[in-house]
Amino acid sequence: MRQLFRTLLCCLALVACGSARAQLSIEITGAGANRIPVAIADFAGEPGLARALTSVIRGDLEKSGLFRLVEADGTGLNENSSVNYADWKGKGADALAVGSLGSTPDGRLEARFRLHDTQKMVGLGGAAYVTSSAQLRAAGHRIADAIYEKLTGEKGIFSTRIAYVVKSAGRYELQIADADGQNAQAALVSKEPIISPAWSPDGTRVAYVSFENKKPIIFVHSLSTGKRQAVANFKGSNSAPAWSPDGRRLAVVLTKDGNSQIYVVGADGSGVQRLTTSSGIDTEPRWSADGASLFFTSDRGGSPQIYRAGPDGSGAQRVTFDGSYNVSPRPSPDGKTLAYITRREGRFQLAVMDLASRQVQVLTDSHKDESPSFAPNGRMILIATEMGGRGVLSAVSTDGRIKQRLSISAGDVREPAWAPFIQ
Amino acid sequence: MKKLFIPALLAALIAGCSSTPPAETGGAPVESRSGTDVAKVTAGNVDGSGLPAVLTDPKSILSKRSIYFDLDKYDVKDEYKDLVAAHAKFLTANRGFKVLLQGNTDERGSREYNLSLGQKRADAVKKSLILLGAKEEQVESVSLGKEKPSCTESSEDCWAKNRRADILYKGPTGAGEF
Repeated sequence: MRQLFRTLLCCLALVACGSARAQLSIEITGAGANRIPVAIADFAGEPGLARALTSVIRGDLEKSGLFRLVEADGTGLNENSSVNYADWKGKGADALAVGSLGSTPDGRLEARFRLHDTQKMVGLGGAAYVTSSAQLRAAGHRIADAIYEKLTGEKGIFSTRIAYVVKSAGRYELQIADADGQNAQAALVSKEPIISPAWSPDGTRVAYVSFENKKPIIFVHSLSTGKRQAVANFKGSNSAPAWSPDGRRLAVVLTKDGNSQIYVVGADGSGVQRLTTSSGIDTEPRWSADGASLFFTSDRGGSPQIYRAGPDGSGAQRVTFDGSYNVSPRPSPDGKTLAYITRREGRFQLAVMDLASRQVQVLTDSHKDESPSFAPNGRMILIATEMGGRGVLSAVSTDGRIKQRLSISAGDVREPAWAPFIQ
Repeated sequence: MKKLFIPALLAALIAGCSSTPPAETGGAPVESRSGTDVAKVTAGNVDGSGLPAVLTDPKSILSKRSIYFDLDKYDVKDEYKDLVAAHAKFLTANRGFKVLLQGNTDERGSREYNLSLGQKRADAVKKSLILLGAKEEQVESVSLGKEKPSCTESSEDCWAKNRRADILYKGPTGAGEF
């Protein structure tokens, strides 16, 4: 499985790569069993820009582990070309994307594409995106998302973003990057640790725990303006923020009344209310996407295990039973699966549980997995892990087959959080 | 001229019919995507100083600020009782002083669960200080979890150094370590 095929992917860049120090690079270390063979013809248009656009689309599809790229260089096709289906079928492509990059009268760029099913010999539709050279990668991600959705039936995540924390000598940065690790930007720089970033459901804000005042305090940070507000700064520790599905409240862990317990506060810090009442530790709350359940970690039974309660914290039922350490619950977007970290023979590994059958599958063979985060389409889970003594991120498909690794040249990467779809 | 043009037009029409026009599924202009700009903020830092020598002089017991814990243990060991008592005595005699107790854990496991475990260590020290005369409003217990290890190797020796609670002081003027 390991290193099944390594791909280039470092800088498919067109937009300047940003500072090399801050750049995540992606490596694929596993792939799906049945990859769809797809040909992405070179986009027509100004050669440099068109080539960059084409390589973003190809890179996205290939890195997903669900597609195999069929050679399609120098075809001279565009979205209006008539396609010789038999020819492409003969080359082994089940689908062919053709397109072009042109200019609009007002000087912007327009990326157009059309997708063809070579088996059924029909067009599968297309789209046009008005963009600029600075946003060309984003247009490529949109096209890759459209191709992904047409061919797999589920929404693509190439246009989404991720948040994570980079630790380098005495410095912590909360960074926001595209899902492929490009365009990383620092939202917060601090000398003290930053943990537990959590995206608001509308993708405009991130809640996190910052230690900048010698203790953990929860902030809500608006990414476009940089405005941040301490929403939980009570006596004691304030940690583990989780957004309610409507984005109006946060489940948080406070110690103001003694042991670590789960409370809810308004996203503006108003109206604190206690949710759990146990004599031990209750932490790591996460609402299910439908808001009907609250998952959390508790040691009320003697070891840390995952529990599921009503949205108000009532009626908690234990969910995990295998082993003596099961933590960091993350319900999948469709509510059917629970991802979490389990300790097996001293190793901390990513596991998923089918909530209906309670069947558990350990997805990794690493030993320091942390902080799982579902992609918004539910197909991949992003985790922090350790490789060669350094913190790296790893994305694993929910069936465990596809694995990608995101690492950074200088520093530890940790605390990933995958952003929601942006409407 | 005309003869050449008509077949070309027909071909274009046929090509046009055979598949859907590219723009049909639309798509918002990418450059108008909101919220992609990220503003950078630098967080502040508090520096401690200006405490009386009795708290910082290496010859004073009060300069010793760390209490170590056993693996999976959250109670103050006997060997630290005198140290905790000395700090309680100082706080009792100096009501204008406050302490921040920071609990820490080793590196293994979930960051947030470790944060809660570190809290238990700080809480244990707080409980002892209050039992021995410090006032609730003089003492705050918090946790740094596994985020601020004093030792960074993955070894039992190192982990033992990180299973710790630290005492930070702040004087009546607000000067201090937190």
